[in-house]
Amino acid sequence: MTISGIIGGILMLCGAAFLLLAGIGLVRMPDLFNRIQAGTKATTLGTLLTLAGAACLRPEWTLKLLLIGLFILLTNPISSQVLARAAHRTGTPKTAGTVDRLADDREERP
Amino acid sequence: MKKASAVALLFATLIIFWLLLNGSFAADIVIVGIVTAAVIAFLFRDGLAVFSEFKGTPRALLTALLYIPYFLKELVKSNLHIARVVLTPSLPLNPAIVKVRTRLKSRMGRLILANSITLTPGTLTVELDGEWLYIHWVTAEALDIDAATASIVAGFEKYLEVMYG
Amino acid sequence: MADILIYIATAVAGVAFLLALYRFLKGPTAADRVVAFDTLTLISVVFIVVIALGEGRGIYLDVAVIYALLSFLGVIAVARYLERGL
Repeated sequence: MTISGIIGGILMLCGAAFLLLAGIGLVRMPDLFNRIQAGTKATTLGTLLTLAGAACLRPEWTLKLLLIGLFILLTNPISSQVLARAAHRTGTPKTAGTVDRLADDREERP
Repeated sequence: MKKASAVALLFATLIIFWLLLNGSFAADIVIVGIVTAAVIAFLFRDGLAVFSEFKGTPRALLTALLYIPYFLKELVKSNLHIARVVLTPSLPLNPAIVKVRTRLKSRMGRLILANSITLTPGTLTVELDGEWLYIHWVTAEALDIDAATASIVAGFEKYLEVMYG
Repeated sequence: MADILIYIATAVAGVAFLLALYRFLKGPTAADRVVAFDTLTLISVVFIVVIALGEGRGIYLDVAVIYALLSFLGVIAVARYLERGL
């Protein structure tokens, strides 16, 4: 039982908590765009924290864990952006009361 | 000259990626990595805006280093923001898709800006159209272009302007 | 001590997995399922890392790298399909 082991465990627990947050967000949020927001942000930080925790527990894996973390940090926002764009272009319903400047602009010059 | 430094940057990135992937500095692995990275860097000597658009001045490198902690701080803030929204029983949402404008000219600068916006408090880039970005905002505070730009874009733009322009 | 924390973390991530699975099954739109799928993949990456820790085998981390890569490509492919067909 070492200090770094406990720090690693706590980091992993925090990461799991953010993953849980993403899950709750996915279930509770009223429309797709809000779900993407909850899904992307919370899973990114959750995964990063878990990887950091694992790096504390097994320092010799740090480089590879860093690689996974960097990869997720770079790709996750891109994929959610592409998905949000596709959903908007295909007219996925938004929750009532959403102001939408993009749809306004599309109507002006189709 | 500009081209040579871009190829060198690409080469260095590929080598680092290779070593991270292998997690070893054994002679044979390093040699294979150097040869492969050199070939790829040569093949892509004209492409890859990531490196050719980076300004490469000492100031740009320093800003890139400062950008990382700033970005991580915003990422944590964004998660706490989402946590507060999701865990409040009444679900206090005020979603809107707002239009903002960026001063950045380079494609790479705009891409990093869009990605950073996606990971920061309550905002998600939906569409890029030249200098205009359309952003979904979970708890929209401002609907007009200038106020939204000041609130969402300005923080990152400061850094990216030095890095990519 | 660290072991207990990891057990709890795995259980919490398991609950998150079930919540995301609910959204994946319920939809209602295809894009909703893709978001849920992306979340499920990242939670699986976390599980793989936990298994690697438990077994003490670093080679499993390579599986996690490929898993993250495939998820990214999958989401991009589906988004393209939604926009204009493949």
